[in-house]
Amino acid sequence: MHANTHHLEELESESIYVLREVAAQFEKTALLFSGGKDSIVVSYLARKAFWPAKIPFALMHIDTGHNFEETIVYRDEWVKKIDARLIVKYVQDSIDKGRVKEETGYNASRNLLQTVTLLDAIEELKLDACIGGARRDEEKARAKERFFSHRDEFGQWNPKNQRPELWDLFNGKKNIGEHFRVFPLSNWTELDVWQYIKDEEIPLPSIYFSHKRECLSRDGQLLAKSPFLKLKDNEKYEERIIRFRTIGDMSCTGAVESTASNIDEVIEEIAASRVTERGTRADDKRSEAAMEDRKKAGYF
Amino acid sequence: MISARKQLWKTVKKPVIFDCMKDSNGHKPLVPTTRGLLRFFTAGSVDDGKSTLIGRLLYDSKSIFEDQYEAIKRTSELRGEEQVNLALLTDGLRAEREQGITIDVAYRYFSTPRRKFIIADTPGHIQYTRNMVTGSSTANLAIIMIDARNGITEQTCRHTLITSLIGIRHIIVCINKMDLVGYKEEVFERIRSEYEKFSSKLEVVDVQFIPIAALTGDNVVDKSKNMPWYAGSTLLYLLENIHVASDENLIDCRFPVQYVIRPQSDEYHDYRGYAGKVAGGIFKKGDKVMALPSGTMSKIKAIDTYDGPIEEAYPGMSVTMLLEDDIDLSRGDMLVREHNQPKVEQDIDMMICWLNERKLVAGGKYLIKHSIQDAKCIVKDVQYKININTLHRIEDDKEVKLNDVARISIRTTKPLFFDSYRKNRRTGSMILIDEATNETVGAGMIL
Repeated sequence: MHANTHHLEELESESIYVLREVAAQFEKTALLFSGGKDSIVVSYLARKAFWPAKIPFALMHIDTGHNFEETIVYRDEWVKKIDARLIVKYVQDSIDKGRVKEETGYNASRNLLQTVTLLDAIEELKLDACIGGARRDEEKARAKERFFSHRDEFGQWNPKNQRPELWDLFNGKKNIGEHFRVFPLSNWTELDVWQYIKDEEIPLPSIYFSHKRECLSRDGQLLAKSPFLKLKDNEKYEERIIRFRTIGDMSCTGAVESTASNIDEVIEEIAASRVTERGTRADDKRSEAAMEDRKKAGYF
Repeated sequence: MISARKQLWKTVKKPVIFDCMKDSNGHKPLVPTTRGLLRFFTAGSVDDGKSTLIGRLLYDSKSIFEDQYEAIKRTSELRGEEQVNLALLTDGLRAEREQGITIDVAYRYFSTPRRKFIIADTPGHIQYTRNMVTGSSTANLAIIMIDARNGITEQTCRHTLITSLIGIRHIIVCINKMDLVGYKEEVFERIRSEYEKFSSKLEVVDVQFIPIAALTGDNVVDKSKNMPWYAGSTLLYLLENIHVASDENLIDCRFPVQYVIRPQSDEYHDYRGYAGKVAGGIFKKGDKVMALPSGTMSKIKAIDTYDGPIEEAYPGMSVTMLLEDDIDLSRGDMLVREHNQPKVEQDIDMMICWLNERKLVAGGKYLIKHSIQDAKCIVKDVQYKININTLHRIEDDKEVKLNDVARISIRTTKPLFFDSYRKNRRTGSMILIDEATNETVGAGMIL
């Protein structure tokens, strides 16, 4: 194994075990792929877990339509590289069908709407497990997630009635219509992910590294210029040297000013950073329990 | 659970030191050295200050980020609290913040230059004791919190019993809120001797005591100026340096087949790999192995991974075994050594911790998950329950309710391959699942 540190080898082994457990316990699984580094690492681990066979489930991208172009280019190349199958479901389709209503106003985002598209896809494809790249260190509601997280027939999470998860015995039993969310990276931290990406030489979308971009500074956030952003009268774009710490919907993923242009510099920057990566996400700032509420409703 | 493997790998791998790990301007770096991982859990009664202690460890080890700190500072001010309430860092769910208690297991991560830690912050309230069992099942070490004003409570006894049952060999007893008892040595010594009297009846190898004040940080990361009589280490120092003896069994070879890999491609036409995680012993290329339940013998042709074949596999490693002979193995089968086999039986005695409000039913049928095997069982007999305060057997009340610990006998629908829990945590543990609700209702440790 290539990993340089024991704790990364332990984490890798644990994640591979979890992924194999998913393939063995569930009928139809999808790996939720956003083009962000965490879902990239999960799909890479899936490649490892089943090699030399193909990954026995598809990658699924819930596309808000508000993407960074670099992410989509990367996504299509990556899927080929790991010899995987890709399903794309569009939030635009949910809007057209009248399933959801687009948010309006200056902070409008399609982030919340994704949940409906995701749950519709789960129902349509009869998925009984969705693998996600969420980590417990990201956010306080996520700190309480199980590896195998049960969802009722409405796709909802009930944090007060989670199944106890003991040893490495994962209980994936469910009734028809219910499903599981599975999080193989539960015990990884942001820094673990980056060190692993470095050790394994995993390619990443270019926007994770420093580049020049026109940005808007709003409420302490740096948002990338995009056709989806509505400017207020006194606002204007400025050119900044930035990179992204997380990748999501363009309208709510904030950039950080950074000159870190390669992986070593990124690791150095994170190690010295005093703000969490979700601190760059406008979607988490809506209220103190924003993530908990979205998770209960069926969010990633 | 990992330390043995860690030790073995140490000889193979060179630690990588990043430049950013260098300690400049007195800042503690966040990147851990490669000394490895320590998983521990915290337990205590309501209001013993567990969440505050964890908040303190995270804060003093500089693992709290500014935005997290700012958020809890704002909340503390809104609530009119004098100090920043560090418990808010771990009490993540809305109901917890409202009630000021920890409901569920929260996992926290922090690193110091010496070690990387995973903390399971487990609930103190009786209603959530099952989550303590969850949090402790993967831990090497337990921190048990005692409020210096209250001394040992029923919960302290219960938590210690579960810690011992779950096979944790190291306990650090933190006697907290010393500031509220005038930092008096007598209080500390009295609780300590009371605890020792109780715990001497249990199988706990290593118990250490620290007087702390989590709220102010005394003896957590920095030595307390208020308790000069205490000559021992701070909590963080102990956590960083404690030698966690190996929980892994490196003798008895056990490889449960988790998943069969058959690429069915031209390039790997004949590839048939048995993927799984080593549950005991050390497997080497060329070893003679026996497959259970068939008893068929074969030899390990290769131990494969994505990164290429390896010579040896240790407990906890996820690998793929290729055998010399074309024998038909499937999920749930196990590779072992011919002269060192696990028990293969249908009648099993075990200690069980009950995790559900629906009582255990003698004569009831449950689903089982044990290692990679699935089966059903019938509960034949409840032999006795344990009084968690006295550790005495209760033979006249055999109703096993939520949070009870009991010794039971089950019969399974097919033979399981198992070892005693004391010999191997991986092959000696099982969960019981209620067929009606699909919930995990019991945590079993095979005797």
